[in-house]
Amino acid sequence: MRRNVGTKVLGVLAAALLAFFIQGIARNSAVQWRVVGSYLFSGPILTGVLRTLLITAVAIVIAIVLGVLLANMRLSRNRVLQAVNGIYVWFFRSIPLLVLLIIAYNFSLLYAHLSLGVPFGPAFVSFTTTHVFTALTAAIITFGLQQAAYTSEVIRAAIMSVPPGQVEAAETLGMTYWGAMRRIVLPQAARVALPPVANETINLCKSTALVAFISVPDLLYSVQEVYSANFKVLPLLVVATIWYTVIVSVMSLAQWWLERSMRIDRRVATIAVTAEVLR
Amino acid sequence: MSAPVLEAWNISKRFGSEYAVRGVSLTVEAGTAVCILGPSGSGKTTFIRCLNHLEEPDEGYVFIEGEPLGFTRRGDVFQQVSRRELPRQRRKLGMVFQQFNLFDHMTALENVTEAPCKVLRRPKAEAHAAGMALLERVGLADRAHHYPRELSGGQQQRVAIARALAMEPRLLLCDEPTSALDPEMVHEVLQVLGSLVAEGMTMVTVTHEVGFAREVAERFVFMEGGVVVEEGDARNLTTTGVTEERTRSFLAKVL
Ligand SMILES: Nc1ncnc2c1ncn2[C@@H]1O[C@H](COP(=O)(O)OP(=O)(O)OP(=O)(O)O)[C@@H](O)[C@H]1O
Ligand SMILES: [Mg+2]
Repeated sequence: MRRNVGTKVLGVLAAALLAFFIQGIARNSAVQWRVVGSYLFSGPILTGVLRTLLITAVAIVIAIVLGVLLANMRLSRNRVLQAVNGIYVWFFRSIPLLVLLIIAYNFSLLYAHLSLGVPFGPAFVSFTTTHVFTALTAAIITFGLQQAAYTSEVIRAAIMSVPPGQVEAAETLGMTYWGAMRRIVLPQAARVALPPVANETINLCKSTALVAFISVPDLLYSVQEVYSANFKVLPLLVVATIWYTVIVSVMSLAQWWLERSMRIDRRVATIAVTAEVLR
Repeated sequence: MSAPVLEAWNISKRFGSEYAVRGVSLTVEAGTAVCILGPSGSGKTTFIRCLNHLEEPDEGYVFIEGEPLGFTRRGDVFQQVSRRELPRQRRKLGMVFQQFNLFDHMTALENVTEAPCKVLRRPKAEAHAAGMALLERVGLADRAHHYPRELSGGQQQRVAIARALAMEPRLLLCDEPTSALDPEMVHEVLQVLGSLVAEGMTMVTVTHEVGFAREVAERFVFMEGGVVVEEGDARNLTTTGVTEERTRSFLAKVL
């Protein structure tokens, strides 16, 4: 009873604090809400939002595809494949993302010209790397490769959660290993991997703000460009905050919806509970 | 004269330095059923898994209707087949597992139609009709749209049988198909298997159901310690009918 009262008091206090906080921001003249409003849907900012989404989406797709391959290497009985996976994961987990990003960016400067042709012979095609391997591509590849090192472990655990007998059953039905992987294992593993992978996607989305360091005009960089011209730093950071919050909220909603639609055994659970109650 | 459906020559399989199966041979003629008996750890599972190369034998060959499994024969030279070819050869052998191994994310009908659709590339409507007929055959037409978790063990095993039959195998391998079942469900599964044999299905079954073996199988093979101790007419599977002492004492325990 007393604990109940204490909880209520704490709850009221917390609500009051939150209200003060919100009011503080809302009333704060430094935020300049009118400026926030005028930039929230402006062209450069929206382009930045799209670019942030693009980097996140392509990188996570790379991470998942590569992650499935890496997970299968790790699970294979082939020692060489296991070693390749081990070195990959070790390497990409050891290096800070920002360092990797700057290296990838400088890669394009180091190898200014990529040539296709006979080694040491005449080049058939020659083009400047900085056009092909732009900062944006460098960023996407970097995020994809590094994320794959983490996502592959999640996928490996998810694959291991599918009873191996089902793969054997598929093989006795004439399926190849990869056929069984695609039709039998991955659909079931996806359900297990979804929550952690969604979590990683959200994290990745926020990490993409690092691309500002290599001048990729994502959400944060676009905001910085504007405020370095008009010095309205705080309002524009609020614009960025609002957009990041919206993006992450939409992702969380998508996760919730996906999890719900994937859970075919929810119906089964209901039946089991009903049976238990009736008994 | 046509080749037997299955011929296994001198199959051996080691795990580490231990032999699980040592030099076992078996011939199965079309339309007959053979049952394999033996105490726990005698190598029955290992042997039956060697027959479809779920375990690759260390020595010996398996011939399916004269074709060496896992190899192509050029005259007298055996050449190992590619990874793509083995699944094609394996389609001739259906398998029923002790633990059913149904695909949990698919309904009973989808379990049955998956391989015909995706492996044999049958049109969906055709596979669907054939799948329903097979579920009817094992008495589960009304459970077609249930997921494995919504089915009893006996029903799951019958779906697994239908799934194996959907690929129209020449031979059905069963590894203790009723060992994971509650006693009241054993009968429904054995009845399905028995009627398949009656209709001409060729079958190799590991089982401890001696009554079923006597009734349905033509021959029995008794294994112990990875080798065949005795084989003979399945009707002789009684403590007085068998000749080897070890077979007799095993039967005395399970009968
Ligand atoms: N994957 C494996 N790795 C190592 N040893 C194994 C493996 N599979 C089987 N064995 C060994 O091989 C021997 C034969 O096992 P097997 O499963 O074939 O026996 P079984 O006759 O099917 O027994 P049960 O009646 O209990 O199913 C046993 O000693 C077992 O420990
Ligand atoms: Mg066994």
